[in-house]
Amino acid sequence: MTFLVVETPKPALQAPAIDVAVTAEWLTEFLRDELIVRRGIERAVIGLSGGVDSAVTAFLCARALGPKNVHAIRMPYATSSPESLSDARAVVDALGTLERTIEITAAVDGYLQYEPEAGPRRRGNVMARMRMVVLFDQSAKLDALPVGTGNKTERMLGYFTWHADDTPPVNPIGDLFKTQVWALARYLGVPQALVEKAPSADLEAGQTDEADLGITYARADAILSELLLGYSDQQLIERGFAAQDVALIRKRVDATHWKRHLPTTAMLTNTAINEFYLRPVDY
Amino acid sequence: MKAARLSAAIVQTKPAKGRYAENLQTAREAFAQLAERPPDLVVFPEAAFTGYFLEGGVYDLALPAKRFADDLARTWRDACGTQSVDIVSGFYENDEGTYYNSAIYLRVEPDTERVVHVHRKMFLPTYGVFDEERFLSRGRKLGVFETGYGKVAMLICEDAWHAIVPTIAAVKGARVLIVPSASPGRGIDGEGELSSITQWRDMLRLAAAEHGVFVLYAGLTGFEGGKGMTGSSCAIDPRGVVLVQAPPAEPTIVRADLDLREIDIARASLPLIGDLDAALPDLLLDEELPLPRGSRDVPRR
Repeated sequence: MTFLVVETPKPALQAPAIDVAVTAEWLTEFLRDELIVRRGIERAVIGLSGGVDSAVTAFLCARALGPKNVHAIRMPYATSSPESLSDARAVVDALGTLERTIEITAAVDGYLQYEPEAGPRRRGNVMARMRMVVLFDQSAKLDALPVGTGNKTERMLGYFTWHADDTPPVNPIGDLFKTQVWALARYLGVPQALVEKAPSADLEAGQTDEADLGITYARADAILSELLLGYSDQQLIERGFAAQDVALIRKRVDATHWKRHLPTTAMLTNTAINEFYLRPVDY
Repeated sequence: MKAARLSAAIVQTKPAKGRYAENLQTAREAFAQLAERPPDLVVFPEAAFTGYFLEGGVYDLALPAKRFADDLARTWRDACGTQSVDIVSGFYENDEGTYYNSAIYLRVEPDTERVVHVHRKMFLPTYGVFDEERFLSRGRKLGVFETGYGKVAMLICEDAWHAIVPTIAAVKGARVLIVPSASPGRGIDGEGELSSITQWRDMLRLAAAEHGVFVLYAGLTGFEGGKGMTGSSCAIDPRGVVLVQAPPAEPTIVRADLDLREIDIARASLPLIGDLDAALPDLLLDEELPLPRGSRDVPRR
């Protein structure tokens, strides 16, 4: 007799698929609870970059609050690509949100004129922080809450400007890997061009995230999803990931824990805030 | 140092009813198929070398564990030479005139073999189509024993249906549950398979996920007098994910390559077994429960 043979399949090596309908519904409820129930704020203000993360956030906010309660702010710098502006426009057109374009060039250059030697990284950070200055001021003006747009991949890799992109008090997509954000974007009806274009921080001409990171989002998400479960580097390699990719991701994650925390405060008393004096965020 | 990986092969057999020698020959053919890439562990289903429904035929076919171990070891060596292996199989056991539905855990070395453990089925189904306790005695203890890859427990068929049995196995330290089974299929109101197959898998998945253990389920296949055994042998990881599953009605070898470090990862994110370890005495000493055997005042119900 010859027996049929079946085997354990090789690991899928991709970030877990998500149920996009359930995710969209859950995040819509989250936004209503955070803004309306908890804070009594009916409106959101979002920095709309022309990328998929802020587009998904805008779509979710429009679902949760209604499009006329969503202020989409475009904040281009002189070197921002025209495509980013037009892609942001496509989101506004698709949703019917309120919108405004506020150039940050003069404000950024107003400072950088005193720092002419600043390289691309510093200039990018100044732009990112200036956008938060604008967003929070618009928030005060419009009585609207800033809503964050950082995804889990960039948060885990530290691929963001600290106290800039991560600043808004509420973020619906921060626990979704980039590839999962793409899946959610397709479900929500985000314009196709935004979903398909190469993600970019758009701080320099021709910049792409994947070139900056040295790995594709598909591979990064697959490794991150298993690394976060507790797999060792050796196990990840045994499961089929390339050793250099595992090393790259591990190094980035380990080097950026601080970026996912509030500033470190010296503890001096037994009433130290968040050490002894502990209250939940919604208390 | 315990092995971090376990290569298991579940041999889903379709035994010829009552023809022990012929079934050994079939096992030899399965072993020969494994010889090129020998596994660490081979698992056969319940009653794999005789068929399950034997009624009084049990008394003709039951064997002392030592004799069954000798036959298994010889058959393995015939096919795979000096390769070492662990073998689990269900069999009807004759222990000096007391008969059990048992599972053997056998270690086969190049020149010697050792019976690591014999588990005697504790829950003998005797209702509806089942008639075990008319012919067999009940096992009295759930053994958890050491192997080269950590602690293991064997649960035979209905043993695994009582949630407290895998629970106790896990609390006693088992990291892998091996479940030899013979399940006559029934239920045609399911989705894409007999509903008894779904029920089995759901239950095993829950046990695996609750306790953070691997489960190796070996199901007998083939019809016995109109009752079709449902095969569907499978390996389930400590999060309750079915890694691989055989079809119901075909003799199949399920090769499961298990990373045992997954147990620690699963338990880190869901430490239920540690919680249970602490709370179990309180649960079991509840005065409303039947008291342990030997206590003076066993409550009547």
